[in-house]
Amino acid sequence: MSAMSELDGRVHPLDTATAIEVDDLRMSYGQAQVLRGVGFTVAPGEVVALLGPNGAGKSTTIEILEGFRIPSAGRVRVMGEEPAAAGERWRARIGVVLQSWRDHGRWRVRRLLEHLGAYYAPYSTPGRRRPFDADELIDAVGLTGHGGQRVNRLSGGQRRRLDVAIGIVGRPEVLFLDEPTAGFDPQARRDFHDLVHRLSDLDDTTILLTTHDLDEAEKLADRILILSGGRIVADGSPDRLSREFSRDAQVRWSRDGEHFVHATEDATGFVRGLFAQYGDGIGDLEVRRATLEDTYMAIVKKEEG
Amino acid sequence: MNPTPRATPSSTLPAALPATLHAARLGLARGWIEFKQSLTNPQEIGFTLVTSVSIVVVLYFQRDATLPGTDMPLAAASLPSILGLIVAFNGLVGAVGALAVEREDGTLLRAKALPQGMVGYLVGRVVSLSLGAVISLLIVLVAGLFMVPQVSGAGLGGWLTVAWVTALGLVATLPLGAVIGSLARSPQGAAGLSMLTVGALTAVSGIFYPISALAGWLQGIAHVFPLYWLGLGMRSALLPDAAAAVEIGGSWRPVETVVVLVAWAVAGLLLAPPILRRMARRESGSAVQARRDRALQRIG
Repeated sequence: MSAMSELDGRVHPLDTATAIEVDDLRMSYGQAQVLRGVGFTVAPGEVVALLGPNGAGKSTTIEILEGFRIPSAGRVRVMGEEPAAAGERWRARIGVVLQSWRDHGRWRVRRLLEHLGAYYAPYSTPGRRRPFDADELIDAVGLTGHGGQRVNRLSGGQRRRLDVAIGIVGRPEVLFLDEPTAGFDPQARRDFHDLVHRLSDLDDTTILLTTHDLDEAEKLADRILILSGGRIVADGSPDRLSREFSRDAQVRWSRDGEHFVHATEDATGFVRGLFAQYGDGIGDLEVRRATLEDTYMAIVKKEEG
Repeated sequence: MNPTPRATPSSTLPAALPATLHAARLGLARGWIEFKQSLTNPQEIGFTLVTSVSIVVVLYFQRDATLPGTDMPLAAASLPSILGLIVAFNGLVGAVGALAVEREDGTLLRAKALPQGMVGYLVGRVVSLSLGAVISLLIVLVAGLFMVPQVSGAGLGGWLTVAWVTALGLVATLPLGAVIGSLARSPQGAAGLSMLTVGALTAVSGIFYPISALAGWLQGIAHVFPLYWLGLGMRSALLPDAAAAVEIGGSWRPVETVVVLVAWAVAGLLLAPPILRRMARRESGSAVQARRDRALQRIG
């Protein structure tokens, strides 16, 4: 049975047209300008990945959206409210998973989830029951059997799973994840991807995450934003970004024991020509479009260069 | 008492129950849980035991000395003074340490990420630190009753005085400790500074020998801070009235005790919320990360 049995009825709690709205956001620390006019919107229920090199301002952006930092200038709205000024009712609808937590080391996993979840109980609504049940959540993040464990005895990856569980215990409408899968093994990563899909598909959770794993971004995100030099330099679906920045595909094949590579915009036409000419003589055919990683490197290099 | 309220669906909660009260109740549960955790923490248990044993040793060596000008054992005067010191120490150093550490490890930021989380956090801390102080008091008090039987002569009024001096002392020192802890740059710095302050004040506050033996200007300094008054209040509770003769002015000065402690409590309670809010507002994931990196550098 589904660990998220609570997530059956689809709900549309958002009355605003956009979940996240950022316009001309600027942030400077002293002389250093970290954000120089960032702008984007996220629709309710959308999963958006924020990519960018280290120091590009990803964490700063997400912390402003979480209400933990006051921007130097610009307009920011999360569910229609300005995060830095929003009250506890707003806070109850937001979920936060930060980069590093070491807190509550002496608590036991289940008790901590129950305790932190209980803060959300007054904000429960018939359409959106808060909080999630601690045991279901423990199962959902793959910590089954660790409910009685002390938090400081968890491994790095398990601790991160707990962080994710705590981030969603209040059943947020908007969830911010800052490098959620750092330190995950492949199984944990896959579990986490399943969880994100469930939150987004079944619970209409709007999700903004940062990651350095481009494969992950491609799997999870409806849309990708690339932040570089304090600005959004690319905004679109993974597929669209790849097509926009690199039309070329690489075609590899072999004939008479020899291997060939050819770059072309029209891979289908080229392959059709190959078969027309050599027929059964063609082997080891492989057509590879530019990956998100190729695209990302091209975009970031162009911006930095 | 069940310290962990199971996550209750809202339908069973009265709609009018203010969320703040709900969070304060969670804070009580939180304080109780963290207090129990501290009871099973070898480091904290060890610290409490070592300090308690050293206090008992001090009392033991004082058993033959008498309070100057009386036939009262010096230990009988030291025990109540030490109880005052325990209150001040737990209130101030405990709060400084908790705030400085929990700012660095992200506990405060976690509280900030929850609806009404800071209310729960602060209530929880006050509860756990107060319970810790009471436990330390009880350990020394029980040991002291065997070594200084005179103390058991204190009547109901005496024990009530112990209770209100303890309560007032905690209210006077906890917010102050929270302020210092939230201003400190590192937990080590905060702990060092607060230990040094309490140590220096102990030396001039008439805890281990009568304050009247000190130079006038040192007495003046001691009068400004809560520690002298906490010791005096405890002595007034547990010693016979005749012992007041060696105090300044030959009196327990209960009115002045209340006035000074209340003044510190009011100052702390007025200062703490804005300073804590300011600190909490500056907390962010990257600030926690930066401090963590600095901490790693200190180790490496």
